[in-house]
Amino acid sequence: MSKRTFRVWRGDNNGGTFRTYEVEVDPGMVVLDVLHRIQANDANDLALRWNCKAGKCGSCSMEINGKPKLSCMTRMNIFAPDETITVQPLKTFPVIKDLVTDVSWNYEQNKRIPKFKPRPREADGTHRMYQEDVDRVQEFRKCIECYLCQDTCHVLRDRSRNDAFVGPRFMIRLASLEMHPLDDDDRIPEIRKEFGSGLCNITRCCTEVCPEHINITDNGIIPLKERVVDRYFDPVAIIGRKLLGIRRRTKSRAEGK
Amino acid sequence: MTLDASELQTIEHDVLVIGAGGAGLRAAIECSAQGLSTGVVSKSLLGKAHTVMAEGGMAAAMGNVDARDNWKIHFRDTMRGGKFLNVWRMAELHAKQAPERVRELEEWGAVFDRTKDGLISQRNFGGHRYPRLAHVGDRTGLELIRSLQDHGVHQGISFHMECTALELLKDGDRVAGVLCYWRETGRFVVFKTKAAILATGGGGKAWKITSNSWEYTGDGLAMAYEAGAELMDMEFTQFHPTGMVWPPSVRGTLVTEGVRGDGGVLKNSNNDRFMFKYIPEKFAAETANTIEEAERWLNGDKNARRPPELLTRDEVARSITAEIKAGRGSPHGGVFLDIASRRPADFIKRKLPSMYHQFKELAEVDITKEPMEVGPTLHYFMGGVRVDADSQMSTVPGLFAAGECAAGLHGANRLGGNSLSDLIVFGKLSGSGAAAYVRGLSATPQVRNDQVLAGVRRATDILRRESGTNPYLLHEKLTETMQANVGIVRVKDELEKAIEDLESLKKEAETMKAPGASQYNPGWHEALSMQSLLITSEVVTRAALTREESRGAHTRNDFPGEREEWLQYNVIIKKGARGMEVEKRKRPDPPPKLKEIAHAKIEDLESGKVGADYE
Repeated sequence: MSKRTFRVWRGDNNGGTFRTYEVEVDPGMVVLDVLHRIQANDANDLALRWNCKAGKCGSCSMEINGKPKLSCMTRMNIFAPDETITVQPLKTFPVIKDLVTDVSWNYEQNKRIPKFKPRPREADGTHRMYQEDVDRVQEFRKCIECYLCQDTCHVLRDRSRNDAFVGPRFMIRLASLEMHPLDDDDRIPEIRKEFGSGLCNITRCCTEVCPEHINITDNGIIPLKERVVDRYFDPVAIIGRKLLGIRRRTKSRAEGK
Repeated sequence: MTLDASELQTIEHDVLVIGAGGAGLRAAIECSAQGLSTGVVSKSLLGKAHTVMAEGGMAAAMGNVDARDNWKIHFRDTMRGGKFLNVWRMAELHAKQAPERVRELEEWGAVFDRTKDGLISQRNFGGHRYPRLAHVGDRTGLELIRSLQDHGVHQGISFHMECTALELLKDGDRVAGVLCYWRETGRFVVFKTKAAILATGGGGKAWKITSNSWEYTGDGLAMAYEAGAELMDMEFTQFHPTGMVWPPSVRGTLVTEGVRGDGGVLKNSNNDRFMFKYIPEKFAAETANTIEEAERWLNGDKNARRPPELLTRDEVARSITAEIKAGRGSPHGGVFLDIASRRPADFIKRKLPSMYHQFKELAEVDITKEPMEVGPTLHYFMGGVRVDADSQMSTVPGLFAAGECAAGLHGANRLGGNSLSDLIVFGKLSGSGAAAYVRGLSATPQVRNDQVLAGVRRATDILRRESGTNPYLLHEKLTETMQANVGIVRVKDELEKAIEDLESLKKEAETMKAPGASQYNPGWHEALSMQSLLITSEVVTRAALTREESRGAHTRNDFPGEREEWLQYNVIIKKGARGMEVEKRKRPDPPPKLKEIAHAKIEDLESGKVGADYE
């Protein structure tokens, strides 16, 4: 056991301040354990979200010493023995109280994405897909919706362009549909025009913070950008479209209306 | 302060589903598909419910990996695993309908691991004769919940997130609404609804060592109890054999049975595979009794019998407890679970990625190089609200229950993998049950204002009190007594001690105080869920005291072994005029054909000598 200093942001959407807590820390503890100890002993009303405590649900996202992290997977022994630990809510989203932010915008984005549209089942009632064909999609489907990638994304965090870009979480959700072997929908015009694939400038910050180690940028966003380029800017496709009348949709469904 | 119910926010639905795990989401999708106005309330954000932590897979006799599998064998495995205390009809419906429910998930976007032929792959699990668990590595629950969530948001369902249900409101004996509060603001909301579906899971948070998250406080069980519904089989609480034991802060966190399904073995401090010593008589004919045969099974020999590490969870948990007690445990008070010496590192990382991750990050153990330390952890409630098998309606008209908070499917012990399939099979059935009920109503039940106001007052008293008991410390006391006295091995004196402790904790709970305002106040939330936990704990303890035998997950040191007489009874608890009424109720006779199938020799069932005339 040792005594550690925690600075925890306390407040709500009208503002707040850091408060300091001195806490006994046991071996093997993670940051979330320490916050629970503060909650049980010193601050019963300290607001924070958590569920699984094993990095599977993505609830306990916060900024720890300035870095977006899951507090349940941040071990205390990664800090220097006398280091003060500063904990604050995700900066990109509006604060509700203390460490809890309003992430409802993310749920709205998910709802905007047209649903999975499978091709018909085969004659024997099954869908056949091979493991090597689903590996890529399974990587994206590991996402636990912790929104650390959304929090760190420059387009959302610094430029506040949540009007034009759905953020890395939903780019990989789109990628998981676009690359799904059974999905029949054409999603490219929306990926460009509604969901803003062009706004990502590939700094890979999202990939760095992903606790599931999903290669968001290289495996998800860049291939989507390439598919957009193929559709809109590939000379062969343009010739095909103009001369031969081979039409692939370039207007989004919203534009078409 | 005077309260006026007309000032409270009101939302109307045909059906309100309480809980947004697998059962709740599947129920809501069904209600909505049948044209009902459907709401879902969930304590957490959408997609964070406990289902997300399920690892191993969902059991469905699709026969993709071993074509000999079919619903009858799945049914037989389920009944044997449940020590024949299961509701026969539920076990039948489950085994028959699970395959189509799994295929439907694929239709909604789920991406399961594949066989070489491109079909949904299935893995071995404890108590299942054939590889039967459709899975995605060891994150099957996440795949289930995300598939239902992404499908559900396009179905016109209203999701009310971070909204906690406090009380069922009734019109006479019928459900008329649900009183809830928003966690964010602390404000109350009355849902006026013709039917309510409980999908609230169990109450593992009453124990110190548990795989359950904070949400598992028995809310649905307590609300059903208060509303007059019957609770059944509550003495059967499953201790999963393999939870983490170190470091202390993650003690209890689940280690999937998939580790053993994929070849992992249990060893004691002498490096012995001790499970060979604990093969019970009734499973002896179908369990390998030498390491040599167990190894042949692992290598795909279809004539070899299954290794004893894959016995049912109750057997494995008791065996581990016995080894630890005999002084052959691991350094931190568990036993060793070894897959490192059994499978190559890339196999482990591919099939068990989140186990690899979890041990690496939380315990600094590389499971591809060294064994894990594991021990039993409170994981699951087999018991719950007593429901009709086909409609999932409780004894209260308009009140339904599905998933872990409903009783019946699993009997005295649940097989791994039967939980996720339970959620989707009975989630759907509860939805169609509720839809049929709503269509049959001649008038809309009305909420009584006095009941609403009394509920609001009870909840706000906790905030208004000058001083009082710290709800966190009270919760800690509760977990101490439940862990010590209502654990994996039980005895009369200790159960009585627990009842005594619970009485005094109930007194203390009357003066709980949560400091601060009602806005997102976890201390207040904790105090409110303590009330559910106390009811749930008392029901479990009284049921455990009543059943004087050892069956499945319920082990009584003072009444060892299964007693034929007790197979005839369920323990039923409901609210009476003077507290809890405990009843030992005779079970109905099993349907003869199902009984024949469940008790058949496996050869006779597979050859069609038994059961061929029943589909």
